[in-house]
Amino acid sequence: MITEFSWNHVGLLLAAARWTVLVSLLAFVFGGLAGFIVALGRTARSPALRFVTALWIQLVQGTPVLIVLFLSYYGLSVLGLKLSPLVAATLAMTIYASAYLGEIWRGCIQAVPIGQWEASGALAMTRWQQLRHVILPQAVRMALPPTVGFSVQVVKNTSITSIIGLVELTRSGQLINNATFQPFQVFVVVALIYFALCFPLSTASKRMERKLHAHR
Amino acid sequence: MAYQLDFGPVLAQADRFAEGALMTLELSFAAIACGTLIGTAGAIAASFGSNWTKRAIACYVEAIRNTPFLVQLFIIFFGLPTIGLQIDAVAAALIAMSVNLGAYATEIIRAGVQAIHRTQFEAAAALAMTRWQTIRHVVLVPAFEKVYPALASQFTLMMLTSSVVSTISVEELTAIASVIDSQTFRTFESYILVMAIYIALALVLRGVFFAIGLLVFRRKRRVEILKTRPRGRPTVATAAEDTETSRGVAP
Repeated sequence: MITEFSWNHVGLLLAAARWTVLVSLLAFVFGGLAGFIVALGRTARSPALRFVTALWIQLVQGTPVLIVLFLSYYGLSVLGLKLSPLVAATLAMTIYASAYLGEIWRGCIQAVPIGQWEASGALAMTRWQQLRHVILPQAVRMALPPTVGFSVQVVKNTSITSIIGLVELTRSGQLINNATFQPFQVFVVVALIYFALCFPLSTASKRMERKLHAHR
Repeated sequence: MAYQLDFGPVLAQADRFAEGALMTLELSFAAIACGTLIGTAGAIAASFGSNWTKRAIACYVEAIRNTPFLVQLFIIFFGLPTIGLQIDAVAAALIAMSVNLGAYATEIIRAGVQAIHRTQFEAAAALAMTRWQTIRHVVLVPAFEKVYPALASQFTLMMLTSSVVSTISVEELTAIASVIDSQTFRTFESYILVMAIYIALALVLRGVFFAIGLLVFRRKRRVEILKTRPRGRPTVATAAEDTETSRGVAP
Protein backbone atom coordinates (compact mmCIF):
# COMPACT_ATOMS: atom_id res chain seq x y z
CA MET A 1 0.00 0.00 0.00
CA ILE A 2 1.33 3.41 -0.87
CA THR A 3 1.26 6.01 1.89
CA GLU A 4 2.15 9.69 1.87
CA PHE A 5 5.49 10.81 3.25
CA SER A 6 4.62 12.45 6.56
CA TRP A 7 6.06 13.66 9.86
CA ASN A 8 5.68 10.09 11.20
CA HIS A 9 8.25 9.01 8.64
CA VAL A 10 10.57 11.81 9.70
CA GLY A 11 10.25 10.46 13.25
CA LEU A 12 11.16 6.99 11.98
CA LEU A 13 14.19 8.39 10.19
CA LEU A 14 15.32 10.23 13.31
CA ALA A 15 14.96 7.02 15.31
CA ALA A 16 17.03 5.16 12.71
CA ALA A 17 19.68 7.89 12.91
CA ARG A 18 20.47 6.54 16.39
CA TRP A 19 21.94 3.46 14.69
CA THR A 20 24.06 5.64 12.45
CA VAL A 21 25.35 7.40 15.55
CA LEU A 22 25.95 4.09 17.33
CA VAL A 23 27.93 2.54 14.45
CA SER A 24 29.91 5.78 14.06
CA LEU A 25 30.78 5.84 17.77
CA LEU A 26 31.75 2.14 17.82
CA ALA A 27 33.85 2.56 14.69
CA PHE A 28 35.49 5.65 16.11
CA VAL A 29 36.30 4.10 19.51
CA PHE A 30 37.64 0.79 18.15
CA GLY A 31 39.16 2.42 15.09
CA GLY A 32 40.83 4.94 17.36
CA LEU A 33 42.34 2.19 19.53
CA ALA A 34 43.56 0.25 16.49
CA GLY A 35 44.70 3.46 14.81
CA PHE A 36 46.74 4.36 17.87
CA ILE A 37 48.56 1.02 17.62
CA VAL A 38 49.09 1.59 13.88
CA ALA A 39 50.48 5.08 14.54
CA LEU A 40 52.87 3.73 17.19
CA GLY A 41 53.95 0.98 14.78
CA ARG A 42 54.57 3.52 12.02
CA THR A 43 56.84 5.54 14.32
CA ALA A 44 58.48 2.54 16.02
CA ARG A 45 62.21 1.91 15.98
CA SER A 46 61.84 -1.61 14.57
CA PRO A 47 61.85 -1.56 10.74
CA ALA A 48 59.67 -4.69 10.69
CA LEU A 49 56.92 -2.95 12.70
CA ARG A 50 57.15 0.10 10.49
CA PHE A 51 56.87 -2.05 7.38
CA VAL A 52 53.91 -4.09 8.59
CA THR A 53 51.90 -1.04 9.63
CA ALA A 54 52.80 0.80 6.41
CA LEU A 55 51.58 -2.21 4.43
CA TRP A 56 48.35 -2.25 6.46
CA ILE A 57 47.74 1.42 5.68
CA GLN A 58 48.47 0.92 1.96
CA LEU A 59 46.16 -2.11 1.75
CA VAL A 60 43.22 -0.48 3.53
CA GLN A 61 43.59 2.92 1.89
CA GLY A 62 43.78 1.26 -1.53
CA THR A 63 40.53 -0.67 -1.01
CA PRO A 64 37.00 0.76 -1.09
CA VAL A 65 35.28 0.60 2.31
CA LEU A 66 32.48 -1.27 0.61
CA ILE A 67 34.81 -4.16 -0.27
CA VAL A 68 36.13 -4.27 3.31
CA LEU A 69 32.51 -4.43 4.44
CA PHE A 70 31.65 -7.25 2.00
CA LEU A 71 34.71 -9.21 3.11
CA SER A 72 33.83 -8.89 6.79
CA TYR A 73 30.14 -9.71 6.29
CA TYR A 74 29.89 -12.17 3.37
CA GLY A 75 33.53 -13.28 3.31
CA LEU A 76 33.87 -14.20 6.98
CA SER A 77 30.51 -15.99 7.01
CA VAL A 78 31.73 -18.29 4.23
CA LEU A 79 34.84 -18.97 6.29
CA GLY A 80 32.52 -20.08 9.11
CA LEU A 81 32.39 -16.87 11.15
CA LYS A 82 28.82 -15.60 10.97
CA LEU A 83 28.66 -11.99 12.13
CA SER A 84 25.50 -9.95 12.59
CA PRO A 85 25.28 -6.89 10.31
CA LEU A 86 26.03 -4.62 13.28
CA VAL A 87 29.20 -6.52 14.24
CA ALA A 88 30.35 -6.82 10.61
CA ALA A 89 29.71 -3.12 10.06
CA THR A 90 31.64 -2.22 13.20
CA LEU A 91 34.52 -4.48 12.18
CA ALA A 92 34.74 -3.03 8.66
CA MET A 93 34.50 0.57 9.84
CA THR A 94 37.12 -0.16 12.53
CA ILE A 95 39.54 -1.51 9.93
CA TYR A 96 38.85 1.51 7.72
CA ALA A 97 39.27 4.05 10.53
CA SER A 98 42.40 2.38 11.92
CA ALA A 99 44.32 2.93 8.68
CA TYR A 100 43.28 6.55 8.20
CA LEU A 101 43.61 7.56 11.87
CA GLY A 102 46.93 5.70 12.07
CA GLU A 103 48.27 7.72 9.17
CA ILE A 104 46.91 11.03 10.53
CA TRP A 105 48.40 10.40 13.98
CA ARG A 106 51.73 9.24 12.58
CA GLY A 107 52.04 12.65 10.96
CA CYS A 108 51.27 14.34 14.28
CA ILE A 109 53.79 12.25 16.23
CA GLN A 110 56.46 12.97 13.62
CA ALA A 111 55.62 16.68 13.65
CA VAL A 112 56.84 16.94 17.25
CA PRO A 113 60.36 18.41 16.93
CA ILE A 114 63.17 15.85 17.16
CA GLY A 115 64.75 17.93 19.93
CA GLN A 116 61.93 16.83 22.22
CA TRP A 117 62.95 13.19 21.72
CA GLU A 118 66.59 14.02 22.29
CA ALA A 119 65.92 16.10 25.39
CA SER A 120 63.75 13.43 27.00
CA GLY A 121 66.32 10.80 26.00
CA ALA A 122 69.01 12.87 27.69
CA LEU A 123 66.92 12.72 30.88
CA ALA A 124 67.24 8.90 30.70
CA MET A 125 63.54 8.43 30.02
CA THR A 126 62.52 5.09 28.53
CA ARG A 127 60.81 5.05 25.13
CA TRP A 128 57.40 4.73 26.81
CA GLN A 129 58.08 7.54 29.24
CA GLN A 130 59.16 9.75 26.34
CA LEU A 131 55.92 9.01 24.47
CA ARG A 132 53.68 9.23 27.50
CA HIS A 133 55.04 12.41 29.09
CA VAL A 134 56.69 14.37 26.28
CA ILE A 135 55.67 13.41 22.76
CA LEU A 136 52.01 12.39 22.92
CA PRO A 137 50.76 15.41 24.91
CA GLN A 138 52.15 17.64 22.16
CA ALA A 139 51.02 15.38 19.33
CA VAL A 140 47.43 15.22 20.65
CA ARG A 141 47.11 18.99 20.40
CA MET A 142 47.98 18.87 16.71
CA ALA A 143 45.94 15.72 16.11
CA LEU A 144 42.62 17.08 17.34
CA PRO A 145 41.44 19.09 14.28
CA PRO A 146 42.17 16.42 11.62
CA THR A 147 40.75 13.71 13.89
CA VAL A 148 37.45 15.54 14.31
CA GLY A 149 37.51 16.20 10.56
CA PHE A 150 37.93 12.49 9.89
CA SER A 151 34.98 11.66 12.17
CA VAL A 152 32.81 13.30 9.47
CA GLN A 153 34.11 10.72 6.99
CA VAL A 154 33.24 7.94 9.44
CA VAL A 155 29.67 9.17 9.90
CA LYS A 156 29.19 9.50 6.14
CA ASN A 157 30.69 6.11 5.39
CA THR A 158 28.36 4.34 7.84
CA SER A 159 25.73 4.93 5.13
CA ILE A 160 27.14 2.04 3.12
CA THR A 161 26.39 -0.40 5.96
CA SER A 162 22.81 -0.12 4.67
CA ILE A 163 23.94 -2.35 1.79
CA ILE A 164 24.46 -5.34 4.10
CA GLY A 165 21.04 -4.73 5.66
CA LEU A 166 21.80 -2.75 8.78
CA VAL A 167 18.70 -0.62 9.27
CA GLU A 168 20.38 2.71 9.93
CA LEU A 169 19.50 6.08 8.46
CA THR A 170 20.03 5.32 4.76
CA ARG A 171 18.41 1.88 4.91
CA SER A 172 15.29 3.17 6.63
CA GLY A 173 15.19 5.90 4.00
CA GLN A 174 15.10 3.17 1.36
CA LEU A 175 12.38 1.29 3.25
CA ILE A 176 10.23 4.41 3.60
CA ASN A 177 10.83 5.20 -0.07
CA ASN A 178 9.51 1.73 -0.94
CA ALA A 179 6.33 2.49 1.00
CA THR A 180 5.74 6.08 -0.12
CA PHE A 181 7.49 6.22 -3.48
CA GLN A 182 8.51 9.82 -2.91
CA PRO A 183 12.29 9.39 -3.25
CA PHE A 184 13.07 13.08 -3.56
CA GLN A 185 11.43 14.08 -0.29
CA VAL A 186 12.63 10.99 1.60
CA PHE A 187 16.29 11.17 0.61
CA VAL A 188 16.49 14.94 0.99
CA VAL A 189 15.30 14.51 4.59
CA VAL A 190 17.85 11.70 5.04
CA ALA A 191 20.55 13.99 3.66
CA LEU A 192 19.42 16.79 5.99
CA ILE A 193 19.77 14.50 9.02
CA TYR A 194 23.28 13.48 7.92
CA PHE A 195 24.06 17.16 7.44
CA ALA A 196 22.85 17.92 10.95
CA LEU A 197 25.21 15.23 12.28
CA CYS A 198 28.24 16.16 10.18
CA PHE A 199 28.15 19.94 9.84
CA PRO A 200 28.82 20.71 13.54
CA LEU A 201 31.78 18.30 13.42
CA SER A 202 33.34 19.83 10.31
CA THR A 203 32.76 23.35 11.65
CA ALA A 204 34.39 22.39 14.96
CA SER A 205 37.33 20.88 13.08
CA LYS A 206 37.78 24.05 11.04
CA ARG A 207 37.59 26.26 14.12
CA MET A 208 40.14 24.16 16.02
CA GLU A 209 42.45 24.23 13.03
CA ARG A 210 42.28 28.02 12.92
CA LYS A 211 43.00 28.22 16.66
CA LEU A 212 46.00 25.92 16.35
CA HIS A 213 47.50 28.02 13.56
CA ALA A 214 46.49 31.36 15.03
CA HIS A 215 50.06 32.61 14.72
CA ARG A 216 49.99 32.22 10.94
CA MET B 1 34.05 -27.27 8.57
CA ALA B 2 37.31 -26.18 7.05
CA TYR B 3 36.94 -23.92 4.05
CA GLN B 4 39.21 -24.60 1.10
CA LEU B 5 40.30 -21.49 -0.75
CA ASP B 6 39.91 -22.05 -4.48
CA PHE B 7 40.52 -19.16 -6.83
CA GLY B 8 39.97 -21.33 -9.96
CA PRO B 9 36.27 -20.61 -10.63
CA VAL B 10 36.79 -16.92 -9.92
CA LEU B 11 39.89 -16.55 -12.07
CA ALA B 12 38.01 -18.26 -14.92
CA GLN B 13 35.90 -15.07 -15.04
CA ALA B 14 38.94 -12.85 -15.45
CA ASP B 15 37.58 -11.16 -18.58
CA ARG B 16 34.45 -10.02 -16.74
CA PHE B 17 36.57 -8.59 -13.95
CA ALA B 18 38.54 -6.77 -16.63
CA GLU B 19 35.30 -5.35 -18.07
CA GLY B 20 34.28 -4.21 -14.60
CA ALA B 21 37.65 -2.58 -14.01
CA LEU B 22 37.33 -0.81 -17.35
CA MET B 23 33.90 0.51 -16.37
CA THR B 24 35.29 1.72 -13.04
CA LEU B 25 38.13 3.50 -14.82
CA GLU B 26 35.85 5.04 -17.47
CA LEU B 27 33.46 6.35 -14.83
CA SER B 28 36.35 7.66 -12.74
CA PHE B 29 38.07 9.49 -15.58
CA ALA B 30 34.82 10.99 -16.84
CA ALA B 31 34.00 12.13 -13.29
CA ILE B 32 37.52 13.49 -12.85
CA ALA B 33 37.18 15.55 -16.04
CA CYS B 34 33.73 16.92 -15.12
CA GLY B 35 34.63 17.33 -11.44
CA THR B 36 37.77 19.32 -12.24
CA LEU B 37 35.79 21.61 -14.55
CA ILE B 38 33.15 22.17 -11.86
CA GLY B 39 35.88 22.65 -9.28
CA THR B 40 37.77 25.20 -11.36
CA ALA B 41 34.63 27.19 -12.13
CA GLY B 42 33.54 26.91 -8.50
CA ALA B 43 36.90 28.06 -7.17
CA ILE B 44 36.98 31.08 -9.52
CA ALA B 45 33.41 32.00 -8.58
CA ALA B 46 34.13 31.51 -4.86
CA SER B 47 37.26 33.68 -5.05
CA PHE B 48 36.23 36.48 -7.42
CA GLY B 49 32.42 36.37 -7.55
CA SER B 50 29.87 38.58 -5.83
CA ASN B 51 28.88 37.88 -2.25
CA TRP B 52 25.81 35.97 -3.36
CA THR B 53 27.84 33.76 -5.69
CA LYS B 54 30.27 33.08 -2.87
CA ARG B 55 27.43 32.13 -0.55
CA ALA B 56 25.84 29.85 -3.17
CA ILE B 57 29.16 28.06 -3.80
CA ALA B 58 29.72 27.66 -0.05
CA CYS B 59 26.25 26.08 0.29
CA TYR B 60 27.00 23.65 -2.53
CA VAL B 61 30.38 22.66 -1.08
CA GLU B 62 29.11 22.23 2.48
CA ALA B 63 25.98 20.34 1.39
CA ILE B 64 28.04 17.82 -0.57
CA ARG B 65 30.88 17.46 1.91
CA ASN B 66 28.56 16.83 4.86
CA THR B 67 26.29 14.20 3.32
CA PRO B 68 27.15 10.63 2.23
CA PHE B 69 27.84 9.91 -1.42
CA LEU B 70 25.33 7.05 -1.30
CA VAL B 71 22.49 9.42 -0.36
CA GLN B 72 23.52 11.90 -3.08
CA LEU B 73 23.44 9.00 -5.54
CA PHE B 74 19.93 7.99 -4.40
CA ILE B 75 18.62 11.55 -4.68
CA ILE B 76 19.88 11.73 -8.27
CA PHE B 77 18.98 8.19 -9.38
CA PHE B 78 15.57 7.86 -7.68
CA GLY B 79 14.74 11.52 -7.21
CA LEU B 80 15.36 13.04 -10.65
CA PRO B 81 12.90 10.72 -12.49
CA THR B 82 10.08 11.86 -10.15
CA ILE B 83 10.54 15.44 -11.37
CA GLY B 84 10.46 14.23 -14.97
CA LEU B 85 14.13 13.63 -15.76
CA GLN B 86 14.54 10.05 -16.93
CA ILE B 87 18.17 8.95 -16.62
CA ASP B 88 19.79 5.54 -16.67
CA ALA B 89 22.03 4.17 -13.94
CA VAL B 90 25.35 4.99 -15.61
CA ALA B 91 24.31 8.61 -16.23
CA ALA B 92 23.10 8.92 -12.63
CA ALA B 93 26.38 7.50 -11.36
CA LEU B 94 28.38 9.89 -13.51
CA ILE B 95 26.34 12.92 -12.42
CA ALA B 96 26.59 11.96 -8.75
CA MET B 97 30.35 11.37 -8.97
CA SER B 98 30.94 14.64 -10.85
CA VAL B 99 28.81 16.69 -8.45
CA ASN B 100 30.54 15.07 -5.47
CA LEU B 101 34.06 15.46 -6.81
CA GLY B 102 33.24 18.99 -7.99
CA ALA B 103 32.56 20.11 -4.43
CA TYR B 104 35.81 18.69 -3.08
CA ALA B 105 37.77 20.07 -6.06
CA THR B 106 36.21 23.51 -5.52
CA GLU B 107 37.42 23.53 -1.94
CA ILE B 108 40.91 22.27 -2.83
CA ILE B 109 41.47 24.65 -5.77
CA ARG B 110 40.03 27.58 -3.78
CA ALA B 111 42.67 26.93 -1.13
CA GLY B 112 45.31 27.11 -3.86
CA VAL B 113 43.89 30.41 -5.14
CA GLN B 114 43.89 31.84 -1.61
CA ALA B 115 47.54 30.93 -1.18
CA ILE B 116 48.54 33.27 -4.02
CA HIS B 117 50.21 36.36 -2.67
CA ARG B 118 48.59 39.79 -3.02
CA THR B 119 51.68 41.15 -4.76
CA GLN B 120 51.08 38.75 -7.65
CA PHE B 121 47.78 40.50 -8.40
CA GLU B 122 49.47 43.89 -8.11
CA ALA B 123 52.19 42.76 -10.51
CA ALA B 124 49.55 41.51 -12.96
CA ALA B 125 47.72 44.84 -12.71
CA ALA B 126 51.00 46.69 -13.30
CA LEU B 127 51.44 44.69 -16.50
CA ALA B 128 47.96 45.83 -17.58
CA MET B 129 46.65 42.30 -17.69
CA THR B 130 42.88 41.97 -17.97
CA ARG B 131 40.86 40.20 -15.27
CA TRP B 132 40.70 36.98 -17.27
CA GLN B 133 44.37 37.08 -18.20
CA THR B 134 45.18 37.48 -14.53
CA ILE B 135 42.95 34.57 -13.54
CA ARG B 136 44.30 32.37 -16.31
CA HIS B 137 48.06 33.05 -16.02
CA VAL B 138 48.65 34.45 -12.55
CA VAL B 139 46.01 32.63 -10.50
CA LEU B 140 45.05 29.29 -11.98
CA VAL B 141 48.39 27.89 -13.10
CA PRO B 142 50.24 28.43 -9.79
CA ALA B 143 47.12 27.43 -7.82
CA PHE B 144 46.91 24.12 -9.67
CA GLU B 145 50.63 23.55 -9.18
CA LYS B 146 50.26 24.07 -5.46
CA VAL B 147 47.23 21.86 -4.85
CA TYR B 148 47.90 19.20 -7.49
CA PRO B 149 48.97 16.50 -4.97
CA ALA B 150 45.81 17.04 -2.87
CA LEU B 151 43.70 17.01 -6.02
CA ALA B 152 45.33 13.78 -7.25
CA SER B 153 44.66 11.95 -3.99
CA GLN B 154 41.04 13.15 -4.11
CA PHE B 155 40.82 11.64 -7.62
CA THR B 156 42.10 8.29 -6.36
CA LEU B 157 39.62 8.45 -3.50
CA MET B 158 36.83 9.06 -6.02
CA MET B 159 37.85 5.94 -7.95
CA LEU B 160 37.53 3.91 -4.73
CA THR B 161 34.23 5.60 -3.81
CA SER B 162 32.83 4.64 -7.22
CA SER B 163 32.36 1.11 -5.81
CA VAL B 164 29.21 2.48 -4.17
CA VAL B 165 27.48 2.93 -7.56
CA SER B 166 27.17 -0.87 -7.71
CA THR B 167 24.06 -0.36 -5.53
CA ILE B 168 22.17 1.19 -8.46
CA SER B 169 23.21 -1.71 -10.71
CA VAL B 170 26.01 -0.04 -12.66
CA GLU B 171 28.15 -2.91 -13.92
CA GLU B 172 31.46 -1.77 -12.47
CA LEU B 173 34.04 -3.76 -10.54
CA THR B 174 32.15 -4.23 -7.27
CA ALA B 175 28.91 -5.17 -9.04
CA ILE B 176 30.79 -7.75 -11.13
CA ALA B 177 32.27 -9.20 -7.93
CA SER B 178 28.77 -9.55 -6.41
CA VAL B 179 27.45 -11.27 -9.54
CA ILE B 180 30.38 -13.69 -9.73
CA ASP B 181 30.09 -14.33 -6.00
CA SER B 182 26.46 -15.39 -6.43
CA GLN B 183 27.26 -17.54 -9.48
CA THR B 184 30.30 -19.39 -8.16
CA PHE B 185 29.62 -19.23 -4.38
CA ARG B 186 33.28 -18.29 -4.03
CA THR B 187 32.53 -15.25 -1.89
CA PHE B 188 35.83 -14.77 -0.17
CA GLU B 189 37.84 -15.32 -3.33
CA SER B 190 35.73 -12.90 -5.42
CA TYR B 191 36.08 -10.04 -2.98
CA ILE B 192 39.77 -10.70 -2.25
CA LEU B 193 40.47 -10.64 -5.99
CA VAL B 194 38.48 -7.45 -6.44
CA MET B 195 40.31 -5.92 -3.49
CA ALA B 196 43.62 -6.72 -5.20
CA ILE B 197 42.35 -5.13 -8.42
CA TYR B 198 41.30 -1.96 -6.59
CA ILE B 199 44.69 -1.72 -4.87
CA ALA B 200 46.41 -2.18 -8.23
CA LEU B 201 44.17 0.47 -9.83
CA ALA B 202 44.88 2.88 -6.98
CA LEU B 203 48.62 2.35 -7.40
CA VAL B 204 48.41 2.78 -11.18
CA LEU B 205 46.34 5.95 -10.82
CA ARG B 206 48.81 7.35 -8.32
CA GLY B 207 51.64 6.62 -10.76
CA VAL B 208 49.75 8.17 -13.68
CA PHE B 209 48.95 11.34 -11.72
CA PHE B 210 52.56 11.59 -10.59
CA ALA B 211 53.75 11.31 -14.21
CA ILE B 212 51.16 13.87 -15.38
CA GLY B 213 52.35 16.18 -12.62
CA LEU B 214 55.94 15.88 -13.82
CA LEU B 215 54.91 16.60 -17.40
CA VAL B 216 52.52 19.45 -16.78
CA PHE B 217 54.29 21.33 -14.02
CA ARG B 218 57.81 21.63 -15.42
CA ARG B 219 58.06 25.20 -14.23
CA LYS B 220 57.53 24.08 -10.63
CA ARG B 221 60.48 21.71 -10.81
CA ARG B 222 62.69 24.42 -12.18
CA VAL B 223 61.59 26.87 -9.48
CA GLU B 224 62.22 24.30 -6.78
CA ILE B 225 65.67 23.48 -8.08
CA LEU B 226 66.53 27.18 -8.05
CA LYS B 227 65.29 27.35 -4.48
CA THR B 228 67.37 24.42 -3.27
CA ARG B 229 70.53 25.47 -5.10
CA PRO B 230 73.29 26.43 -2.64
CA ARG B 231 74.01 30.14 -2.25
CA GLY B 232 77.59 30.05 -3.47
CA ARG B 233 76.74 28.86 -6.95
CA PRO B 234 75.28 31.11 -9.62
CA THR B 235 71.48 31.03 -9.41
CA VAL B 236 70.89 31.43 -13.14
CA ALA B 237 71.89 28.22 -14.87
CA THR B 238 72.47 27.79 -18.57
CA ALA B 239 69.70 26.03 -20.40
CA ALA B 240 71.73 22.85 -20.84
CA GLU B 241 72.64 22.65 -17.17
CA ASP B 242 69.06 23.33 -16.17
CA THR B 243 67.58 20.40 -18.07
CA GLU B 244 70.43 18.22 -16.89
CA THR B 245 69.63 18.79 -13.23
CA SER B 246 65.88 18.81 -13.52
CA ARG B 247 65.73 15.42 -15.21
CA GLY B 248 66.66 13.33 -12.20
CA VAL B 249 64.88 15.32 -9.51
CA ALA B 250 61.33 14.56 -8.46
CA PRO B 251 59.23 17.37 -6.97
